[in-house]
Amino acid sequence: MAHKKKNRNVGIIGIGQTKHSSHREDVNQPELIHEAVSLALKDANLTMKDIDCVVHGNMELFEMVHSPDLWHVLGTGAYGKDCIRITTGGTVGATLSCASDNLAASGMYDIVMAIGFEKLQEGNTTGGITNMADPLWFRKIQAGALTGSSAYDVEREFGLERANKASMTYRIIMDKHAGLNPNAHRAFGLDFSQIDDLIRTSPKLVGELKLIEMCSQSDGACCVIFACEKKAKELSKTPVWIRDHITVHKEETFNIFGYNRAFPVMKSHKFAAEQLFKRNNIKDPLNYFDVFEMYDPASWWAIDWLRDFLGMKGDEHLKLIENKEIMIGGKLPINPSGGVIGSNPIGATALIRVAEAALQVRGNAGPHQIPTPVNHALASGFGGTMWTVLTMLEKELNW
Amino acid sequence: MAKKIAVCAVAQIKNDPNYHYLRFQNMLLECFESIMKQTMVTFDMEKGIRTIITCSDDMFDARTISNNGITDVVGAHFRGEEKMAQESINGLGYAMACIMSGHDDVILFMGHCKESQGESRRMISNLAYDPFYCRPLGMDYHNVDALQARAYMEKSKVTDEHLAKIVVRSRKNGKKNPYGRKNKIVTEKEVMNSPMYSDPLRELYIYPVTDWAYGMLLCSEERAKEFTKNPVWITGYGSCMDTYFLGDRDITSNFSLKNAAQRAYAKAGIKDPRKEIQLFELSDHAAYQLPMWAEGVGIADEGKGSKWIDEGGMDKFNVNLSGGQLNGNPLLLGGAARAIECYYHLANQAGDRQVKGAKRAVAQAATGGAGQHQAVIVMEAQGG
Repeated sequence: MAHKKKNRNVGIIGIGQTKHSSHREDVNQPELIHEAVSLALKDANLTMKDIDCVVHGNMELFEMVHSPDLWHVLGTGAYGKDCIRITTGGTVGATLSCASDNLAASGMYDIVMAIGFEKLQEGNTTGGITNMADPLWFRKIQAGALTGSSAYDVEREFGLERANKASMTYRIIMDKHAGLNPNAHRAFGLDFSQIDDLIRTSPKLVGELKLIEMCSQSDGACCVIFACEKKAKELSKTPVWIRDHITVHKEETFNIFGYNRAFPVMKSHKFAAEQLFKRNNIKDPLNYFDVFEMYDPASWWAIDWLRDFLGMKGDEHLKLIENKEIMIGGKLPINPSGGVIGSNPIGATALIRVAEAALQVRGNAGPHQIPTPVNHALASGFGGTMWTVLTMLEKELNW
Repeated sequence: MAKKIAVCAVAQIKNDPNYHYLRFQNMLLECFESIMKQTMVTFDMEKGIRTIITCSDDMFDARTISNNGITDVVGAHFRGEEKMAQESINGLGYAMACIMSGHDDVILFMGHCKESQGESRRMISNLAYDPFYCRPLGMDYHNVDALQARAYMEKSKVTDEHLAKIVVRSRKNGKKNPYGRKNKIVTEKEVMNSPMYSDPLRELYIYPVTDWAYGMLLCSEERAKEFTKNPVWITGYGSCMDTYFLGDRDITSNFSLKNAAQRAYAKAGIKDPRKEIQLFELSDHAAYQLPMWAEGVGIADEGKGSKWIDEGGMDKFNVNLSGGQLNGNPLLLGGAARAIECYYHLANQAGDRQVKGAKRAVAQAATGGAGQHQAVIVMEAQGG
């Protein structure tokens, strides 16, 4: 959590990710990682010789591989190099980005490579996530990442019909974005005319959370190369600068019972955004940022969290969605990549948010590139028991 | 650019074979409260701890996101927390980066492991091997270490007698360490007659299953005086990853350790470790690793581990006065245990095992079988 000027600036100079898919049976784990690493090196026009340190992360119990950085060295290219492994649950990808920024800014390493990975096909994701809950207190009532509590909150505040429509509108926008992103796992070709049908027919998982509104389980890897200012300027025409990042965790007790509306529980997303924007003097995030890659595990969470992240009041966030201002071409495009609802290889997912935000700033994201200039980008990570990581990216070194 | 960070305080609970009456949260809380009491540090957003680095393991905790159940007892509620999912020693290297980058100036570093909870530590380390070739063969850290032991013992002429001597010495040293695991004092004969575990490694050649937790308060050079009168400095860190398949590695070459040590020494400005460093804490998961890692960090000549032991190298270089990993620490926490022992000596708090006038110390630890990943840190006393 930055509180003073960084020792030196750090820029993103290489980005690579695999095509995300439900089944990558053609490759094993190191091979899948190798695809992303090769693409990132190619993107940066570097070889492994240029890399000083490799940072690796995913969640061990999903594939049941202990200390996977040891086997994965075959695909990460870390042989002979400094290599560390850091994990923080769903936020891990964002943590890898923060860690790489710290490592490069510290002066200990000039060029750092972050690798996020998951091959969820090889494990039981919902079982794995359920297993994070305390065995004495919560495990019996946890159903993986499936929860209807956000849907319940939004419904209670805005009424069932408006809430359902907003959630489904968000979902369809994400599907339209995913349709433009060649790496996205799921793109169904949904249309706004299907909103009422989908609300009626999509199977309910928990409460109002419906199958179509929930993220997928994906196989995929993402690799991002970070360099100190001097190297970034030497090696890249379009480095994307890391301005600041913040990590906020929250203790594990879920506030499911005894919730009192008179005393709303502080949310980590809101707290993180407030702290980050305060210390960077961002007064109006909605107008400041040109794109926001948000970790959206389900459309209900997404519509609820938008208000927290952007410091909005009342139903401003719902209006933003209803008016489709979050689409590519709108006021603040959210997830031009299709987001986590589109692809979710968990250990890579939050790093993909940073990578996709950086691609937008660079201006060569591909078919899902925002047509207007992107100078300021925000990326979020979500994991654990409502944990938040936020990263701010900039096109120019002028803040 | 700052070149070093301060260790302001350390806390630990006693290494124990089985804390059946404590959850890991309780183990951490004891360390947490001790750090708070020693340093009066706060969690103020401006002046206090905003980032906590932890070390634990999903497999040993049998819990996805093992840092999830400890957020409150490490003070991470509405603060940042990141888990080092590797040997804890790398958490110190990472903390160094966090502080030197300017992102943080005070970091709490805590770790826990209840190795006793698992049905078998060998089942866990078997899962570190790929599911296609090595896992079905039954490879785990112990039998892979055993392959390395056989090759290394051949290369450096280390015998069972040497290994027994190392174990006996470890137990004696461990007895002097108030936080050391309580082990039976053994004779060389008993060690050599202990049951075969993974040929050539016998049961007593291998570190025992242990539960432990620790805490350390780290901060920038400028702020150290706020928390302690007697800081100890971390001045160098280096790590290195070797390749995966044993057949692709020269398992007696110390490839990764030599690189890690050189990188740490270069950062700390150490030219000759034999002359400039007074204390070495090496993570000997099995007895043969003590002379082998001693070769790797440069205090024994390559291939001369047996001669080094015979000539009293272990005492001459003050190696593992804590008892080492061999006396008992959880697998991934050995590096933190090594660094904490170095802290005691450099802060002149090591009691009757104190190395007089110790100015610099080295802590080393490995992740994986046969030391695939190695890391080294260099620590210095105040005014060292």
